[in-house]
Amino acid sequence: MNLAKILRTTAMAAAFAAMAGAAQAATELTFYYPIAVGGAVTKIIDGMTADFEKANPDIKIKPVYAGSYQDTITKIMTAVKGGDAPQLAVALSTDMFTLIDEDAIVPFDEMAKTDADKAWMKSFYPGFMANSQTPAKAGGMTTWGIPFQRSTIVLYWNKEMFKEAGLDPEVPPKTWAEMTAMATKLTKRDASGNVTQWGVQIPSSGFPYWLFQGLTTPNDAMLMNAAGTETYFDKPGVIEALQYWVDLSRKEKVHPPGIVEWGTTPKDFFEKKVAIIWTTTGNLTNVKDNAKFPFGVGMLPANKRLGSPTGGGNFYVFKKASPEQRAAALRFIEWMTSPERAAAWSIATGYVAVSPAAWETPAMKAYVKDFAAPLVARDQLQYAVAELSTHDNQRVTKALNDGLQAALTGAKSPADAMKDAQREADRILKDYR
Amino acid sequence: MLTGRRNAFLAWLLVLPASVLLVVFTHYPVIGTAWHSFMSTPRGRRPARFVGLENYQTMLADPIFWKAFYNNLIYAAGTIPLSVALALAMAVLVSSRIPGRGLLRMAYFTPTVLPMIAVANIWLFFYTPGYGLLDQFLALFGLGGTNWLGSPDTALWCVIVVSIWKEAGFFMIFYLAALQQIPPDLREAAAIEGSGRWYFFRRVTLPLLMPTTLFITINAVINAFRLVDHIFILTRGGPDNATSVLLFYIYEIGFKFWDEGLASAMTIVLLAVLAATAIAQFVFAEKRVHYQ
Repeated sequence: MNLAKILRTTAMAAAFAAMAGAAQAATELTFYYPIAVGGAVTKIIDGMTADFEKANPDIKIKPVYAGSYQDTITKIMTAVKGGDAPQLAVALSTDMFTLIDEDAIVPFDEMAKTDADKAWMKSFYPGFMANSQTPAKAGGMTTWGIPFQRSTIVLYWNKEMFKEAGLDPEVPPKTWAEMTAMATKLTKRDASGNVTQWGVQIPSSGFPYWLFQGLTTPNDAMLMNAAGTETYFDKPGVIEALQYWVDLSRKEKVHPPGIVEWGTTPKDFFEKKVAIIWTTTGNLTNVKDNAKFPFGVGMLPANKRLGSPTGGGNFYVFKKASPEQRAAALRFIEWMTSPERAAAWSIATGYVAVSPAAWETPAMKAYVKDFAAPLVARDQLQYAVAELSTHDNQRVTKALNDGLQAALTGAKSPADAMKDAQREADRILKDYR
Repeated sequence: MLTGRRNAFLAWLLVLPASVLLVVFTHYPVIGTAWHSFMSTPRGRRPARFVGLENYQTMLADPIFWKAFYNNLIYAAGTIPLSVALALAMAVLVSSRIPGRGLLRMAYFTPTVLPMIAVANIWLFFYTPGYGLLDQFLALFGLGGTNWLGSPDTALWCVIVVSIWKEAGFFMIFYLAALQQIPPDLREAAAIEGSGRWYFFRRVTLPLLMPTTLFITINAVINAFRLVDHIFILTRGGPDNATSVLLFYIYEIGFKFWDEGLASAMTIVLLAVLAATAIAQFVFAEKRVHYQ
């Protein structure tokens, strides 16, 4: 072996060692995320994290697809209980209290140190922040989540059916009274009295409470307080809203009876079984691709005011993360929610872009120039309220869901159903008051 | 003596892998669950503490638990006899010499091969009101527009039908294997004696199938408490808990509400119910089942 060869080998070994050292110095983050809409979301997320790593070579992100929202929170909670929490995750904004009670997450106020960080935290729509903050003990609000894949409820209508029924195809119902009147005109029956086309349908399987908030909010009724310790299920405004929903099917007979399946509602719309449906903005791309007729997207009708709940997922950072990891996580989240990224994410998935600045980007402006439907969701945001979320969230939500389904199937009157739900919620929440 | 000891050592060594797996994944979890059922659920900084029978009291006072229990009994009563009877009928049919036998066997067995979640997604569209397969068929008779899964009166039965459809083909395979084992000379002897086909089936075939029936029934009972995957897709326990069965409710309590103490208590009850039925079946079997 000659000297040159020895030198070369040594140099190479040194280079390898240096590379290994660099790899070790990079901050590694595990990132759990759910998928709740159609499309190649995994690819988009992988692409975004790869772009981020390119721009930030000192941070390595390991994205882990964790299933549905329910699967994701189950995996997170199991990991937290096992002492192996990820550093970073996207989970439902309504999981906030669950994660706080488990002492699993860090407030963003603790991590945001610079003025730029603080300005960034104020850059989102207030409607989306409602589910991301709790009242702080020292006054003001504590921010636990950053909006990422957020949605809201809108109504979709079939313009052809509107024309057939003698309605203006460009004008959706603006009020509850209008929706009832239009749905009556849109409901068709055959000779033997069987309904062949329903006027309107609001899904009630799985998470009826969310759709129900599309009725209580316009009726100017709140379901819970911001601290997540009180619910108001038995208030007159809430019972009134439920009565309207029940009446649509039981009295007016313009809405399918019983429980309407969430998953088949878009399909019912494509199959022309129903003229107006309520569903998430997340279905926009789905409807756009599959509806074989002209359709419109409108705000939910008002009664006393306009309104709809928000929904979807937030970024959370976990206590388990070291200070370096927390700083890296903050940088990643800031990058992912920057106007350009938020716009690209919104265009690719149908989620509502989370900050006003995202709507001002050239990409977003070009997108909505040909397809104005996303603007409806954005404009509805100013009237939006927080999705139902309390301590012991899923249990309280179930109490309300059971009550709603009991009323919709006729097992209980709306007033009785809501009183029972409130009693159950009071029992669950008394430990947190 | 030395070889005896060595044999014993070898025997224990051979048993070791299986017993380690059993202890780690079966016995320890059972004991662990029993222990957790007497503890409160830890939350954040609040650790678990001993609460005695409190979880059991909460469970007994919970109307949804009783509803799920009652639903589970109906679910068992609906699925077990029908799927076993159907399996036997199908096995007898496809073991006789009929044209297209292979195709028929495959058709009957297909539901078993399909994953339950996929099956449930298919059935979701069968049950869809209006354009679903079931309603389209009923529309021929002027009926239709029934919200099968969305009404508390029909939802549980819809779930039961899917289970039977899924299970019968699997049980059929066991009956089919057992039917092939019956020696043909028995049939010839019976024919000489002049016995009819029904008489032969009732007095010869059925008794010879009893060990298989016992095996299948035990499986059917276990499945009646275990097979809940499709409920997640079809109804999520709704409407208003009309299709919530024990295991589904335990999942909700354990992995949606994170109330591990209560979920453990319910698991222990479910285990007790299953153990009691299994013991009862074996006691009954001692008297009625004849092994060849």
